[in-house]
Amino acid sequence: MENVDKPSAAARRQFIADTARMACGVGLLGLGIGLYARHAQALPPAAIRPPGALPEKDFSAACIRCGMCVRDCPYNILHLAKPEEPMSTGTPYFVARQLPCEMCEDIPCVKACPTGALDHSLKDINKSKMGLAVLVDHETCLNFLGLRCDICYRVCPVIDKAITLDPQTNARTGKHTLFIPVVHSEHCTGCGKCEKACPTEVAAIKVFPLYMAKGQLSSHYRLGWVEKEKAGGSLVAPDVEHQYNLPEGMKYESGKGLSGSPGAVPPAPTPDAVALPKAFQGGKL
Amino acid sequence: MSATLPTTPTRPGTEAFAAKGWLAAHKWLVLRRSSQVGILLLFLVGPWFGWWVVKGNLNFSYTLNVLPLADPYVILQSLLARQVPEKLALIGAAIVVLFYLLVGGRAYCSWVCPVNLLTDLAYWLRVRMGLKGSAHISRPTRYWMLGMTLLLAAATGTIAWEMVNPVSMLHRGLFFGIGFAWAVLLAVFLFDLFVMRHGWCGHLCPVGAFYSLIGRFSVARITLPARAACNDCMDCFAVCPEPQVIRPALKAIGGTPPMILEANCTNCGRCIDVCSKDVFAFGTRFNTTVAPMNGVPQAAPK
Repeated sequence: MENVDKPSAAARRQFIADTARMACGVGLLGLGIGLYARHAQALPPAAIRPPGALPEKDFSAACIRCGMCVRDCPYNILHLAKPEEPMSTGTPYFVARQLPCEMCEDIPCVKACPTGALDHSLKDINKSKMGLAVLVDHETCLNFLGLRCDICYRVCPVIDKAITLDPQTNARTGKHTLFIPVVHSEHCTGCGKCEKACPTEVAAIKVFPLYMAKGQLSSHYRLGWVEKEKAGGSLVAPDVEHQYNLPEGMKYESGKGLSGSPGAVPPAPTPDAVALPKAFQGGKL
Repeated sequence: MSATLPTTPTRPGTEAFAAKGWLAAHKWLVLRRSSQVGILLLFLVGPWFGWWVVKGNLNFSYTLNVLPLADPYVILQSLLARQVPEKLALIGAAIVVLFYLLVGGRAYCSWVCPVNLLTDLAYWLRVRMGLKGSAHISRPTRYWMLGMTLLLAAATGTIAWEMVNPVSMLHRGLFFGIGFAWAVLLAVFLFDLFVMRHGWCGHLCPVGAFYSLIGRFSVARITLPARAACNDCMDCFAVCPEPQVIRPALKAIGGTPPMILEANCTNCGRCIDVCSKDVFAFGTRFNTTVAPMNGVPQAAPK
């Protein structure tokens, strides 16, 4: 009994020790790779994915790093990430400031993708969302300085939709107009032409991955003017007449400005003018 | 050993060289190197000269815009990370699985994989430099590695292994820019050279481990039609990257038929080259025409 059990016990002990050693050694390696993979999901801001790319989380599961999109891009804008670059090794990206996406109508990069990491349901390149242009620097943008640079506006493939020029008063001169480039996320594809074309030393308008560039309202927010239009009229009827809170004796009229002198006896307010509940009108309950 | 041997009688293959001539003693090696280099050239003439015979890399390639080929191992990781690829990749993976079911799973390692060129060079240097010691990790470690990479894909929801996989790093790097991948590959080379004999391909690589699973069922096999002629020179053991696969078939251990049925035989054919007695030959697992040993006809495997 003793003689039969001893070698098998030793063998079992050896087996358990070997298994534990393997599991720990390989597990440690796996832990390292796993953490590395999670870190790499934070896409660096200058790396823009090709058109139709799935959200980063899904992309890193679907992209098999074959480089077919790189090969079929007629303008050679795409690179595969090298191991030292801070993103998933071997995945495709472009840098807008170097070479932006030319927005081919037949989208060859998406067609070339064998896995759907670039979503094949994207048929209209104008609907692609590679990123979102953001006018990041209001201090160096030439239009903000009062010039009619307008280059980002003019190179935009979705001109007058993705970027519009909104006139504003130039407060510095007091008599000129600033034409402020405004990006509209609804139409911007993130192709990066604006960033590439920006003539300043460092681009004032840059394309960022969507998650970085786009804010989002809380779901319970309602825009009053939209609701009013939907309802076909004011939701608080009748509209309360606007009241100015001015020093005694002063008067304000739209277009004419302030009039009167402080200290002069004000006209007694008519009770109707202030449509407050009686409780708030002071003492006469 | 024969008295006609040239200078270094201890080098494996010397006997075969003397008996069969250089070409017959290197036939499969030359063919194998041609295959490895040829496949690399097919991929390289695209970026070099704009002759796009094949686009992509070993993870997915498209030959002449008709033949899709995908690495089933990377597709499996993608599936485990909960992404279902488009049809083209699935068809490509199916073609590759069928192909290796025919030619032998780990034929990928010896006939296609570019890292094999590197690790074979490391082994050749190791022998030339007379480096004897080797760290010990058991060969099944690769299956732990395989399991780890698959688990990692499922747990992280990404193809995490592709972040560090030296095989795809080298192959992709050659055609798309290598970056610092050279450091990873140098590490693999030095590991094989100084730390561990056949370390990467023979013990650790999960890609090879995956293909060995296909190899368990594959058709093309190294057969031993003349195993009775073996003179125990040990040359086949010396050149084989997975020497543990030879013994059962050569010595008929546990009634093993004269055929290497182990999953990790890479079908490199080097044993055929170096055997002066022509014990080995390529065949299929259905081969029944083997010479009798000790007068007893050998049955074909199940």
